[in-house]
Amino acid sequence: MAKRQVMDKQEPEERINNFAEVAQGFTEKEAVAEAQRCLQCDKSPCVDGCPVGVPIPDFIELITAKEFSEALATIKEKNAFPAICGRVCPQEEQCEAECVLGNKGEPVNIGALERFVADWELEKDSADKKEIETEADRAKVAVVGSGPAGLTAAADLAKLGYQVTLFEALSEAGGVLKYGIPEFRLPKAIVNKEIKELEELGVEIKLNTLIGATLSLDDLWEDGYEAVFVGVGAGLPYFLNLPGENLNGVYSANEFLTRVNLMKAYKFPEYRTPITLGNQVAVIGAGNVAMDSARTALRLGAEEVSIVYRRSRNEMPAREEEIENAEAEGVNFQLLRNPVKIIGNEEGWVKGLECVEMELGEEDSSGRPRPIPIEGSNFTIEVDTVIVAIGQGPNPLLSKKTPELETNDWHNIIVDEESYQTSIAGVFAGGDVIGGNATVIAAMGDGRGAAQAIDEYLQSK
Amino acid sequence: MAKILAKRKLAPEIYFFEVAAPLVAAKAQPGHFVIVRADQTGERIPLTIVDYDREGGTIDLVVQRVGASTQELASLAVGDSFLDLLGPLGEPVEIEKIGTVVCVAGGLGVAPVYPKAKYLKEAGNEVINIVGARTAEMVIMKEEMSEVADEIYFSTDDGSLGHEGFVTEVLDSLLAEGKEVDEVIAVGPAIMMKGVAEVTAKYDVDTIVSLNPIMVDGTGMCGGCRVTVGEETKFACVEGPAFDGHLVDFDELMRRQGHYQSKEEKAEHKCKLEKEVE
Ligand SMILES: Cc1cc2nc3c(=O)[nH]c(=O)nc-3n(C[C@H](O)[C@H](O)[C@H](O)COP(=O)(O)OP(=O)(O)OC[C@H]3O[C@@H](n4cnc5c(N)ncnc54)[C@H](O)[C@@H]3O)c2cc1C
Ligand SMILES: Cc1cc2nc3c(=O)[nH]c(=O)nc-3n(C[C@H](O)[C@H](O)[C@H](O)COP(=O)(O)OP(=O)(O)OC[C@H]3O[C@@H](n4cnc5c(N)ncnc54)[C@H](O)[C@@H]3O)c2cc1C
Ligand code: SF4
Ligand code: SF4
Ligand code: FES
Repeated sequence: MAKRQVMDKQEPEERINNFAEVAQGFTEKEAVAEAQRCLQCDKSPCVDGCPVGVPIPDFIELITAKEFSEALATIKEKNAFPAICGRVCPQEEQCEAECVLGNKGEPVNIGALERFVADWELEKDSADKKEIETEADRAKVAVVGSGPAGLTAAADLAKLGYQVTLFEALSEAGGVLKYGIPEFRLPKAIVNKEIKELEELGVEIKLNTLIGATLSLDDLWEDGYEAVFVGVGAGLPYFLNLPGENLNGVYSANEFLTRVNLMKAYKFPEYRTPITLGNQVAVIGAGNVAMDSARTALRLGAEEVSIVYRRSRNEMPAREEEIENAEAEGVNFQLLRNPVKIIGNEEGWVKGLECVEMELGEEDSSGRPRPIPIEGSNFTIEVDTVIVAIGQGPNPLLSKKTPELETNDWHNIIVDEESYQTSIAGVFAGGDVIGGNATVIAAMGDGRGAAQAIDEYLQSK
Repeated sequence: MAKILAKRKLAPEIYFFEVAAPLVAAKAQPGHFVIVRADQTGERIPLTIVDYDREGGTIDLVVQRVGASTQELASLAVGDSFLDLLGPLGEPVEIEKIGTVVCVAGGLGVAPVYPKAKYLKEAGNEVINIVGARTAEMVIMKEEMSEVADEIYFSTDDGSLGHEGFVTEVLDSLLAEGKEVDEVIAVGPAIMMKGVAEVTAKYDVDTIVSLNPIMVDGTGMCGGCRVTVGEETKFACVEGPAFDGHLVDFDELMRRQGHYQSKEEKAEHKCKLEKEVE
């Protein structure tokens, strides 16, 4: 059996000095060679691993025949944004986890193949793209939030012939794809191309429009919208509630990443938004958000960047590949350590992080071993910047301004699992705001499911 | 894009803008603010909605040049547009008839105080305005503030208009004379609001202040605007910007406002150099 092809990467020493994409993508030769490894299994277990059911063997077979356009069309039947998913899906837990070749540790590199065909098309002149045929103008539908859930819902509804308006609070569309995931992992030019395609489908994008403030849901009904999809994500940053958390030099990951990605603080002062970063940075947490923050801090010139995590390496929620990238780039892992206090100097700037050592106990409700502090093991690490990346919840703004929109104790909008229908007739929701998997592809799956449900709802109206 | 329909210089470095923003005007209430960005490389800058005209679909903004980004905003002319304008943001202040309200405004704080004074007056309150600035030249919106007040006092650091000294001294003597005051609203530099809160604590008068921490999104997404109010952390952009002045940790606010000072100074230095070269 031929070896699994992997993408070339920029060397760690080099890449920590720039924001360019780390993984370089397959050449045509590599792509075809990798595609030839696929056994074209009858049962195709890989497809079951994909949350949106991309017809994996079919598109891979088309790559072996160098029918790249057809391969892309095949993926797009199920996944509207393969250039994005090919890059950021946790494939090792999804499609590739189920690949039969995975038994020997070398599953087909499905993500890289998906990315290859998507990039191949994006690089071509969009002029020779096929006109997408949409049906005649149907009802007006509003999509609130332009993350992967909203983008997918908008694309599907537009293809069905609905007049779709996408409302976004920020100054750019894309949600976390723009403000959260850094350029070196997902180039913004790719996201922009996908968004441009959406506009070509006839979707109108209204930026700087905060639903709940600029317009209420009632205003949308008055403006003639007959259904609404809410995909406002989980943008509310959690803090630890530790002493010293409001010291200068303490950021939420959201603030840190938004300044750098959306506002391009790494190009300060050409771009006016500043970021103040010290030499020793501690990032608290070990998910994708934490890895992105740590690797961003390195690229901004921090001398030493540590991940501080209360469990061990096995429990780290980030994608394996991103943990490896972070390690290769020199991020320091302070595992089994939990922060208890952020220490400041006289001027109120961070100068240290007091932690306690932890050990792992019995499994807790999350199925992971419970971290238990070891009494008397407190110690302080010298840091001048702390980035809190312990998770985020749904932003309560819209639900607060719309009391009829029912939410649970964590501010997640409650929906019917099958139909994505919320407590308000005609209002549907999906993506991170309804809880669930917190992955790009899961949000897209919700967007697609909700678009179908909205179509059914409007047809039966 | 929000088009600038009118622009006036109110004082050195302080400009008034009338901006077309029909959706924002339709929803605006006293206490709301917007976040604007001049252009693609610009920073997101929070500005209070000073007044609004629902029918005309316009809002009024006042910008004081303090750094590079406000300089950029101030340099825009009639016919230009702000690339981005998001709002109305924040929680409006409740406007009810409560009796006698003293509005204290320091420097640019007049801009955010004005709509509150105006609508408090319309709601039937006795409104006393105390307006302060460094010098007479820097006192903005004198006529507007007089029109909406039953009594108005001025104070300047150099005595060029009204009392020589601080607005806090004017407020203190008013309360010391035994004036019955039901509420004080204070907006200005953090140090001034801190002083006002100290005075009113002495006389046990309810005090509302409007905080101006550094903000990014203005929608509750970054936490950069967090302030401590009564031992609790609040996100000023969604839970404020108005808070009970007796509970605010002003020292923390002032410290956090200085977060980017050294960076900004460097940038501004560069910006001035570029100007000289031009
Ligand atoms: C730093 C980071 C790294 C990640 N890495 C990965 C990864 O590698 N792989 C992966 O699969 N997942 C990753 N995730 C998770 C993934 O990005 C999210 O699960 C996904 O983006 C959720 O999509 P969404 O459409 O529900 O919401 P979001 O992407 O959060 O988008 C919501 C949008 O709605 C807008 N909005 C909010 N409120 C309003 C309102 N009231 N009116 C108008 N607009 C509003 C917001 O501004 C935002 O643009 C990462 C997340 C972060 C933060
Ligand atoms: C809710 C709210 C309403 C406001 N309303 C007005 C208004 O109506 N008119 C007006 O002119 N200004 C207003 N401000 C303040 C204005 O946003 C800042 O002056 C501006 O962001 C400074 O940007 P700069 O780049 O020009 O200055 P910088 O060079 O960034 O800084 C100059 C000085 O201003 C302080 N500063 C920097 N950024 C901010 C910020 N985002 N908020 C507050 N202070 C900051 C710094 O500590 C520094 O001392 C308001 C702020 C808030 C939070
Ligand atoms: S969408 Fe994600 S999970 Fe599905 S096949 Fe593509 S990379 Fe795999
Ligand atoms: S399981 Fe693996 S080998 Fe089998 S069809 Fe899917 S990708 Fe190909
Ligand atoms: S400005 Fe970002 S949360 Fe308030």
